[in-house]
Formats: sequence, structure tokens, C-alpha cells
Amino acid sequence: MAKSKLIPTSIDATLSLLSAGHYVGDRSLATVLFLALRMGRPLFLEGEAGVGKTEIAKVLAETLGRKLIRLQCYEGLDVSAAVYEWNYAAQMIAIRLGEAEGNTDRQRLEHDVFSERYLIKRPLLQALEPDPAGAPVLLIDELDRTDEAFEAFLLEVLADYQVTIPEMGTVKAAHPPIVIITSNRTREIHDALKRRCLYHWVGYPDAERELSIVRTKVPGIAEKLSAEIVHFVQALRQQELFKAPGVAETLDWATALSELDVVALDPATVSDTLGVLLKYQDDIARLDGTKVKELLDDVRAQLRAAE
Amino acid sequence: MSDKPGRLAENIVYFARALRAAGIPVGPGSVMDALEALRVAGVGSREDFYWTLHSVFVKRHEHTILFDQAFRLFFRKRAYFDQLMAMMLPQVVQQPDNTPPPPAAKRVLDAMFKSEAKQQPQEKKDVEIDARLTVSDREVLEKKDFAQMSAAEIAEAKQAIAQLVLPLDEVKTRRLRPSRHGHRIDLRRTLRSSMKAGGAVIDLKYLGPKTRQPPIVALLDISGSMSQYTRLFLHFLHAVTDNRKRVSTFLFGTRLTNVTRALKAKDPDEALAACSGGVLDWSGGTRIAPSLAAFNRQWSRRVLSQGAVVLLITDGLEREPGNQLGFEMDRLHRSCRRLIWLNPLLRFEGFEAKASGIKVMLPYVDELRPIHNLNAMKDLCRALSADGDGKAEAKYWLNKVA
Repeated sequence: MAKSKLIPTSIDATLSLLSAGHYVGDRSLATVLFLALRMGRPLFLEGEAGVGKTEIAKVLAETLGRKLIRLQCYEGLDVSAAVYEWNYAAQMIAIRLGEAEGNTDRQRLEHDVFSERYLIKRPLLQALEPDPAGAPVLLIDELDRTDEAFEAFLLEVLADYQVTIPEMGTVKAAHPPIVIITSNRTREIHDALKRRCLYHWVGYPDAERELSIVRTKVPGIAEKLSAEIVHFVQALRQQELFKAPGVAETLDWATALSELDVVALDPATVSDTLGVLLKYQDDIARLDGTKVKELLDDVRAQLRAAE
Repeated sequence: MSDKPGRLAENIVYFARALRAAGIPVGPGSVMDALEALRVAGVGSREDFYWTLHSVFVKRHEHTILFDQAFRLFFRKRAYFDQLMAMMLPQVVQQPDNTPPPPAAKRVLDAMFKSEAKQQPQEKKDVEIDARLTVSDREVLEKKDFAQMSAAEIAEAKQAIAQLVLPLDEVKTRRLRPSRHGHRIDLRRTLRSSMKAGGAVIDLKYLGPKTRQPPIVALLDISGSMSQYTRLFLHFLHAVTDNRKRVSTFLFGTRLTNVTRALKAKDPDEALAACSGGVLDWSGGTRIAPSLAAFNRQWSRRVLSQGAVVLLITDGLEREPGNQLGFEMDRLHRSCRRLIWLNPLLRFEGFEAKASGIKVMLPYVDELRPIHNLNAMKDLCRALSADGDGKAEAKYWLNKVA
């Protein structure tokens, strides 16, 4: 039996669990995560793209030694892709073989064909299965991409942690999985679903926390460069942009710049690599050379003042 | 705190009530959850206590700020709570009492009604002309410009609007459903139905795409030049909101206001009153470009997903159309599935896209339609489903100017 860690017993323990997984979170996140784990409620994380919502589930699975089951939502997601599907090809062969053997008992045939052998388990059903490593972490990613019908279906699954397969019966989880739901808020998720979850808004981190995220995730980055990067991105988020850069973009940029052996930011380098941070042409066009220089000067002045 | 669980429970119940008054929907279930969460967390510090309650009571990002205020006030000094509550949230406490509405809302209501009252004396002549040419009152009503209607006629028009049925303008989704003429074999149903016959005959069943109505996003200009129309358009949007699932409505004059929630009230008058309560720039100037910019930045990603149709209702009379207007229109056009511009100015026979604002905006819209009388509204309802005659296309109007 694989050894899995028990869920943390206090908010501080949750915080250290996160940092053990190289996730730099704040206390509010640790609190809501701790409550979700202890109360056995799904955790609903909402926030802009690239602030580390999905990462929380990954870190949780890794540090707790649980299996991570991920259900990526998309438009048109249905039960056969999310819960289960029958292996029709194998079933048809079984029927034909049964006929060839002269087996004409319909009841028997039906029973054989609709058995677990021919069942293809999709993420939601997998998450309800007993696991020697402990209840798995079920990540339902970007729920806002799918439609209301699927949300309504989830209500049932999340309330009782069970699904019904008409041909076989009801599958109920002995130990409910740890459920993490994320949403980018491209539409409002229905209150009925949110009511069953603990809600947390994952915002952009402040400069201090972002700095420690960069230094944790991009080891070997120069101290001065990382400070400049973080403060520049923080300043960029204050601008009127169509899409402000997330933490993921900061990390990409930090990695790119340290790969390029840059020691300090200068306007030319920033302009050349701006495509890593900003993903809309309008936003890139808005930040021309003079604007970048202006921002950089501000950042430098700020850093000098802090010293 | 934990040594007296009875007091704590009582406090949480009061706090939940305070949150409810502040406008956060908190049910009794959440109170139970909160008590359990506090028991589980065994809270020590104030910060932990705050975030524990936050995780249970707050279900929307917007509510965080309300929660924060309520928490600060409540847990500082309970005794002053009731007084503070009244001071803190005058705008969200909606008690059904008999106090007169706040002056702001009243002024807005007055502003809305005044323009209709003013209109009354001068439009008498038009009624006669129309009456001579047509046969029934209903037809008169249908062709009459909203701006020229009397109060009584407006009341009738409202009823007619309430009865407008939006057709099922459906778009294909990627979801499949059983269909006789579908394009994919539904193996599940096929297998089940062949089992009926013992597996001897394989009776193929098919799946076809499922359709649904796309979301509608309406952006309604409420500036002075549109004031004669806004009230009826709001009625129209209320009727639309009433029978479709996903309709978002925004009002803009000099600033953008989201009135989607206000329009969800069943009674149209109630819904409109709720609307006017939240709007500050009624019948003022127009700043189309900044309003569109605000929409693009704050809302477009949240409401324009899943193939939304945008109804932009404005006369396009921007005072100084700079580069920004074209830029924001372009952004809006590229974010939605279809951008339909409803312009009451089209009521004039010889309308040509000459005003500079209109010229700037036209290249970015898919359709330009009139919306000044009931017939035009009916046409719109029809147009939402069909592709329409070429006349509505923006290109037609552009060519006309050229």
C-alpha cells in the first residue's frame, strides 16, 4: 500500500504543505484549502487566467501523495466523455461470439455485455473509485467553458459523490475525492453549484509574494533581475490593458530572460520580449518604446527607494 | 471565542443577517456551514476567523468588498451595529417599507417621464395624419415613431412589446442529441436497440448536433438624444430578458452601467425602477468610445463567450469621434459572433451615414437596423433568426454614402 500523507490538521500545516510543493500561497488560500479538506467540500477557485489555480490541485495531489484526475471542460462535454462510455466494439464482438456459440439467452447476453469489463471509465467515474493511495484529487478545470447542462449534472455528482449507470446501478465513492473546480469567469457559474463549494478568488499576488514565486520557480535567477521583472510586471498590471499578464506570464518572462543571460532590464530587451507577457496585439502596440522606458524608470526609482 | 459556543453561534447568525441586508445572498445552509467551518478550523487569530467566514459566505468576487466592510463593522463593536449598518449601505438595503424613494432615483424617474409628457402636445397632428392613412388603431400604433407617442399610446405599445416573441434563433453547439437525420452513429442506442432483437439485426441510430439560443448582450445608449426612446427600449429588453436564458444589458451615457440583474424582475415597472436606481447619467451627454472601452475591458470576456450576439442601440451621434471609437468598435466586433446596430435615426427616409461618428462605427457592424417603432422591433425579432435582406447589412449603408 502506497504511503499517503494525512490531510493537514491546521491552517499553518496547510500553508507549509503548499510551500513544500513549491507553491507560494497566502494565508487566505491556506485557510479555505484547509477547510475544504477538513469539511470534505469541493473548492471553487475563480480568477484571471494564469494566476495558478490549476497549480493548486497539482501541488495538492503531489504533496498529499494522491492521484490527480483531471477533467478539462470544453463546450459540448457530455456524460460519455466525462463519466463513462461502453466499449461498443468489444460489446458487438461479444454479441457475435455469443451467437456463434449458439447462446440465445437474451437476459444472459445483456448481463454479460453490460458488465464492468466493457465499461470505459472517464475522469468523474475514476475519481469515485477506491484508491490505495487515498481518495484522489479531482480537478475540474475551466468549468466556465462548458454549458449549464453539465453544471446541473455536476450538482448531483458533487452532492452525493455518486453516479448512476442505468445498466449497472449506482457507483458511490467510499471516500469522497478532493474536488477542486476552477473557472476563468468567462461566464457566471450558477449559484446552486457555488453554494455547495467553498469559494475563493485567486487574485494577482503582491510584489513580495510574486518575487518569492519567481525565485522559487526559476532557480538561479539573479536577484536584481528578478526584482526588476516583478516590479515591471506589477507596474504593467496598473496599465489599462485588455489582458493583464498573469503569474504564469511573469514566470515565462523570467525564464526567457535568464535563458537570454540578461542581467538587468533595458527598454530594447523589454520591447523585444514583450510578446511573452502580453498576448494581444493592441496591448503590445500600446506599450511603445517611450512607454516602456517610462515604466522602467519608475521601477528603477522604486527599487532604489526601497534599498 | 470557542469557550462560549452558544454566543458564537448567535453572533454568526446575526452576522449572516447583516450580510443578507448588505446584499449577499446568505441562506441558513451557509450559517450551518460557517459554524462547522469554525469548529473544524478552531480559529485563533482574527485573520483566520475572517478568511474562514469569507470562504463560506462569499460566493462571488464582487461580494468580497461587502463582506469586508460588514466584517470590520460587525466584529468591532456589535452594539453600534444597527446604526452603522444604516450608514454603511444606504444604496443596497432594499427594505420594502413606506419611506419615499431617494431623491436620486426620483429625479431619474422624473427625467424619464418628463420627456414623454413634453412630447404629448406637439404630436397631436401626426396622429391625425397617420389615422387618415391607415385603417385600424393597431396599425397606427405599429408604424408610429416611439418619440411621437402619447402616454396612452406608450402604454399600449408596452403591452405589444411584452407580447413580442423572439424566435428561436438557434446555433449549433458541439453537444449531440438523438436525431433521425443525424450525421453520427449513436452506438449506445444502436446497441441497446439491437439487443431487443437478440443482436441479430443491427438497427442504426443517429446523433445530430444540438442547438441552443446564443446569449444576447445589449448596449443601450441613454444619452439625451435618445431619451425619447430609452424607456421603451428598456421595456423591449425586459421582454427579451424575460423569455431567454442569457441576456445581459448595459446602459451607457457618459459611463457604463450593468443593469442585467435589475431587468430580471418579473414586473416591467419594477425592473425599470431598479434600473433607474443604479444609473447616474440619465439623459446626459454621450461618450460612446469610453463607454465601449469600459465594456471591452471589464465585461467583454465575461459576457461575450459562447457566441454572443451584441445589440448596440445608439444613434451614433458621438460628439468627437477620435481614433478610439473605431478601435473599440473593432475590438467589440471581433469579440462577438454578430454585432447588430439598432439606430432609431434610420426612421428618416433619406437617412445616410454622414455623421462622422456613424461613419466611423459603420465598417465594424454586421447589420444596421431601424428600431423606432413596433414594426421595426418585430423586424428585429425576425432578423435575429434569419440572415435578413441585404438592406440591413452595414455595407449597404456605406455604399450609399460613397
